[in-house]
Amino acid sequence: MAQIRKKEKKEAPALSTSSLPDIIFMLLFFFMAVTTMKEVTYKVRVIPPTATEIQKMENKSLVRYIYIGEPMAEFREQFGSSTRIQLNDQFADMPEIESFIVLERSAMKEEDQNLMTVSIKADKDTKMGVITDVKQALRRAYALKIVYQAGSRKAF
Amino acid sequence: MARKLNEINASSMADISFLLLIFFLVTTSMNVSTGLTRRLPPPLPPDQQPQDVDINKRNLFVVKINSMNQLLVQGEELNIRELKEKAKEFIENKDNDPNLPVRVMNDFDLIGPLEYTKDHVISVQNDVDTQYQVYIDVQNELVAAYNELREELSKTHFGKSFKDLNEDQQKVVQEVYPQKISEAEPKNYGGGN
Repeated sequence: MAQIRKKEKKEAPALSTSSLPDIIFMLLFFFMAVTTMKEVTYKVRVIPPTATEIQKMENKSLVRYIYIGEPMAEFREQFGSSTRIQLNDQFADMPEIESFIVLERSAMKEEDQNLMTVSIKADKDTKMGVITDVKQALRRAYALKIVYQAGSRKAF
Repeated sequence: MARKLNEINASSMADISFLLLIFFLVTTSMNVSTGLTRRLPPPLPPDQQPQDVDINKRNLFVVKINSMNQLLVQGEELNIRELKEKAKEFIENKDNDPNLPVRVMNDFDLIGPLEYTKDHVISVQNDVDTQYQVYIDVQNELVAAYNELREELSKTHFGKSFKDLNEDQQKVVQEVYPQKISEAEPKNYGGGN
């Protein structure tokens, strides 16, 4: 008996990793719950303005975005550095906004169409002329609920 | 004789879930979108020229922003930090000043009879070259003025903060101070080209 015991090496038991997947899954679900799918890849540089009285947007599926800003560095050669509009993943011109809104609205469920919100995500240095034109286009397309996207700040 | 079942090797499960986790981290973004909600006026019929609505002058609060981002409030140059107080004074018209909007008596549910400036309108006019941030700042200050007035009213009448009121109470408070910020038809005011 004593001889057999001598041959056995004392080994630390292997660390049990069976709970690792559970932990990772928990993390995964956490991230799935708190994050949202990326809307688009930006082709224009947008640093939103800041404000204090902002509200959270409730229903993301009803929101369509219009991005306004200067083109990113890699598009400068092609599109210049003046303020451009981006709809979904592409640069667009002012007249395309109306058809974009009409198209997006017709793709929605009928009961949601009246609730459509258009979020204007514009760079803080944009000139109001562009914004006003966009607003006029939205009015013509009957997209009257709009949100000026803004980050939060405490005070001045 | 039943053979002893081998346990399934689950060590790759962690790798798979890691992969999924990393996929979600890459494709999603954390930022919640926030902003100022506004309602645009419906479009004019194409054959109709924009006409100036006849509003009693004392009911109108005009904020103009020029191309140099300076404010002209009721004909006076004003720093944006003072805009909120000025707007509050206008909306509330506490002392029944004849130059500030007309106060009308109305019987509200839950609150009872109260005088309020029913027909006041705040008009924001901007130049083509106005910076967007400044425009948002102005909108923000005006919304802040309304929010503060609503807060004060809920404190005096219900003894609670506006956000703690129930739905009906919030509705009444909003009726007393309805947000009336008009976005005028764009015009070219000059100053910027």
